[in-house]
Amino acid sequence: MSDPVTRDPVTPVLAVTDLRVHLPASRIQVLDGISLDILPGETLCLVGESGSGKSVTSLATMGLLPKKALAIAGGSVRLEGEELVGASDARLRALRASRMAMIFQEPMTALNPVMPVGRQIEEVLKTHMHLSARERREKVLAMMEQVHLPNIERVYGSYPHQLSGGQRQRIMIAMALILDPKLLIADEPTTALDVTTQKQILKLIKEMQERMRTSVLFITHDMGVVADIADRVCVMHHGQMVETGAVADILRSPREDYTRRLLSAVPSLTPRPPRPDATREKVLTVSELAKTYAQRSLFGPKRETVAAEEVSFTLGRGRTLGIVGESGSGKSTVARCVMRLIDPTSGSIRLGTQEVSDLSPATLRPFRKRIQMIFQDPYRSLNPRINVGESIAEGPCNFGLPKAQALRRARELMTLVGLPEDAVERFPHQFSGGQRQRIAIARALAMEPDVLVADEAVSALDVSVQAQVLDLLADLQTRLGIAILFITHDLRVAAQICDDVVVMHKGRIVEHGTAEDVLARPRADYTRDLLAAAPGRHWDFANFRPLETAV
Amino acid sequence: MLAYTLRRILAAIPVMGVVALFVFLLLRLTPGDPAAIIAGDTATPAQLEAIRTSLGLDKPIPVQFATWIGQLAQGDLGTSLISKTPVTTLIGQRLGPTLSLALITMVLSILIAVPMGVLAAWKHGTLIDSLVMALCVLGFSVPVFVIGYLLIQVFAIQLRWFPVQGFSSIVNGLGPFSQRATLPAFTLASIYVALIARMTRASLLDVLGEDYIRTARAKGVAERKVLFRHALRNCAVPILTVIGTGFALLISGVVVTESVFNIPGLGRLIVDAVLARDYPVIQGLILLTSGIYVLINLLVDLSYSLLDPRIRY
Repeated sequence: MSDPVTRDPVTPVLAVTDLRVHLPASRIQVLDGISLDILPGETLCLVGESGSGKSVTSLATMGLLPKKALAIAGGSVRLEGEELVGASDARLRALRASRMAMIFQEPMTALNPVMPVGRQIEEVLKTHMHLSARERREKVLAMMEQVHLPNIERVYGSYPHQLSGGQRQRIMIAMALILDPKLLIADEPTTALDVTTQKQILKLIKEMQERMRTSVLFITHDMGVVADIADRVCVMHHGQMVETGAVADILRSPREDYTRRLLSAVPSLTPRPPRPDATREKVLTVSELAKTYAQRSLFGPKRETVAAEEVSFTLGRGRTLGIVGESGSGKSTVARCVMRLIDPTSGSIRLGTQEVSDLSPATLRPFRKRIQMIFQDPYRSLNPRINVGESIAEGPCNFGLPKAQALRRARELMTLVGLPEDAVERFPHQFSGGQRQRIAIARALAMEPDVLVADEAVSALDVSVQAQVLDLLADLQTRLGIAILFITHDLRVAAQICDDVVVMHKGRIVEHGTAEDVLARPRADYTRDLLAAAPGRHWDFANFRPLETAV
Repeated sequence: MLAYTLRRILAAIPVMGVVALFVFLLLRLTPGDPAAIIAGDTATPAQLEAIRTSLGLDKPIPVQFATWIGQLAQGDLGTSLISKTPVTTLIGQRLGPTLSLALITMVLSILIAVPMGVLAAWKHGTLIDSLVMALCVLGFSVPVFVIGYLLIQVFAIQLRWFPVQGFSSIVNGLGPFSQRATLPAFTLASIYVALIARMTRASLLDVLGEDYIRTARAKGVAERKVLFRHALRNCAVPILTVIGTGFALLISGVVVTESVFNIPGLGRLIVDAVLARDYPVIQGLILLTSGIYVLINLLVDLSYSLLDPRIRY
C-alpha cells in the first residue's frame, strides 16, 4: 500500500466507462458495463476468479481482443482523454508500448522463442522511434540495467529458454517500460513465478512505477498480492463489476456478498490446529531417497543433475504430509519416485512393510493399487473421449473387478465426492475445473489406496473452489483413513491441510516437522525466506483484519 | 553439435549396410534369371552356365554378397548387363539433368508455396484462404503426367513459349537450360507447392495463436512484421521437415516427368533398367537414392538447430 492518491482534479490516465464486450456470433455478453478509472501513479488491482472477465477488460483496453471471437459492443475506453473504442488500427498500434504497455502471465510463452531477448526489446524502439542501431542498443542495455538484470551484455544475446522465469519477466517489464508509457497493464504477471521471485518482481514493478510515475492496472486472482500492492481494488464476477474501493476498505469492510465470500475463501497462513497422531501405523516410509539424472555425452564428460538427495520421511495412516518447495526443489521428483513413475537412483520406499523401490514392473503391479495420484491439471489428466464412469472403473477393472461392479462403484464414488450419480455418463468437458478435480479424486479412490499423492492438486483452481476441494480431501481422510502426500508450492494451502510439513530446496529437505512448528516457528533460513515472500502475510483475509503478529 | 554430427554420420553407415543387404536379397529372390535374359532365347545350357560363371551367379549367395560389398567399398557398382558400361558411369551421365531438375523444382516450390501459405493463414477464413486450399487440393489430386501434358499443350504447342521436349545441360548456357527446364519443373512442382503451402498455412495458424504473437502486437508491431518476423520463423521447423521429405519423394515424380518431357535423367534410367532386369544398374540406383534420403534427413536434422535455438544436440 502506498500513500493515498489525491483524487478529482486530475484527469485519470485510463477511464473505462460502461464497457461491454460480446461474442459477435451469439451476442453473449462477456463484459457487461465495466467502469473503472486509474489516476496517475496509482495501482488499481482488478480481482476476480477465472472467467470473471479481467483479462478481457485489459485486452479490450489494448485493442488486442482476438478478432472475430470477441468484439466491443459499446462503452468507452479513454487513455489520457483519448477515445480508444473505434480508434483506427494504426492509431492503436502507435499507442501500444508508447503510451500503454502490457506484461503477461507466462513470460516463457510471451517471448518469441527464436529471437534473442535483447532484439525483442529493441523491436519496440524500432517500431516507435527513429534511432541508429547503436543508440537503440545503448538504450536497451540501459533499460536492462534498470530492471536489474545481471550480465546485461550476455543476456542481451540470450534466448528466452536460457533465462530463468524471473529474468524473463524482467525482460518483459523492460520491454513494456522502455518508452516510458503512462499506463502499464500487468495481467497476472507473477502467477507463474515462485514466491521469492514473485516478491522481487512485485518490488521491481513498484520501483519502476515510482520512478516513472506509471499507472498500473494489475490483474490478479491472488488476494495476498492485492493486499501488498494495491491502492484501489475492483472486484469482478461474471463480467460485471461487483464493487470497487480503496484496498483497506475492500479488505476490512467489503460491502458485497461476493467479495466477502472471495475473501473468506483465502486460506490462512496460520496452520490449522494440530490433530492428535492417534495411529502409529506407518503406511509410507521413504528413506535416503535420491534421484540423479545423468546425461551421457560421446566425447565430453558425463553430466549429472541431482534432482533429489537424502530425502527421508514417513507418513502415518490418516495423516497428511505436505512437501513444500519452489519449482526445481525436487518435490515432484520425490512424488514421482514414490509412485514409481520414475525409478529412484538409490534409497528405499516402503509401502507398509513392503519395499517397492526395486520391484520390477510386474512385481510392482499389485502395489500400484495401494498408492494413487491426483494431478495438477484436471483438464488434461482425464481422457476427454472416455466418459467419467469408464475412466473411474478402468483401474479396478484392470485389477480384476467385474465391469458392472466397477461401474456401480463409480456411481457410489460420485456421491462420495459430492457429484450427482448420473455424472458417470457424462464426459470431462461437461464439468467445471473443480468438478473435474472431484472426478480425479474419485478415480484415485476407486482403487481403495492407502496413500493418495496429490501433486499441486488444487493449484489450478480458483480460491473458492480450492477451499471446497481441500474440505473434500479432509473429509474423505477422516471417513476413509487415507494418508495423503500433498505436494504444493502454496504455503497457505499447506497450512490448511497438512499435519506435517517437509520443506525442500534444491533437491534436499531443509526442514521437517509438524505444520505448526514449520510454518509458525520456522528454523531454517530458507523456510523463513519462503514465509517472508508469501504475499499478504500481514493480513487475515477471512476475518477482514490485519494480523496482529506478523510471521 | 560436432559430436552429434559425427554420431549421425556414423549411424548412417549401418543404415546403408542394411539397405545394401535388402537390395541384394530382393533382386536375388525375385523370379527371373538374368543370365537367361542376357543369353537370349536361343542360348544352350553351356552358354548359360558360362554367363553365370562370368557374372559370379554360380557362387553361393553369401559369397556373392561379400564380393559385391567389397566392390561397393571401392566405389565399384558393377557393370551393366546390357550396355556393358560401368554403373557409375551410367549414373554419372544421368545425374546432372535429374539433380538440376530436382533442385529447380524445390526452389520453385518453396518460392510459390510459402507466400501462398502465409497469405492463406493471414486471410484465414476468407475467400482467398478457400482459393489457396482449393488449389492445393488440385495440386495433390491431378496426376503429374496430366499436368505435364496440359502445360505442353498450352505453353509449348499453342503459345510456343517453350520447346515441347528435350533437355540442355546447364553447362551449355543458362538460356537453353531454363527454356527447357521450366515446364518440367512446374509440372513436378505442382504437388510440392500443394504440400508445402498446406503445411505453411497450418503451422502459421498454430503459431498465430501463441502468446508471443500477442506480445508483438502489444508492442505496436505492424501486422506484416508480426507475420514474417515473429510467426514465420517459428514455423521454419515443420516447413523444413516437409521440404525434406518432399525432396525424397521427388524421385518418384522424376520418373514420370522425365518420360513426359523426354529428359535423359535418372528416372528414365530406372525405368529402362527395371524393364531389362539390369540388376547392377537397379542395385546402384536404389543405393544412390537411399544414400540421398539418408543425407537429406541428416541435413534437415542438423538445420533444426540453426532455425530453433532451443534445439541443441
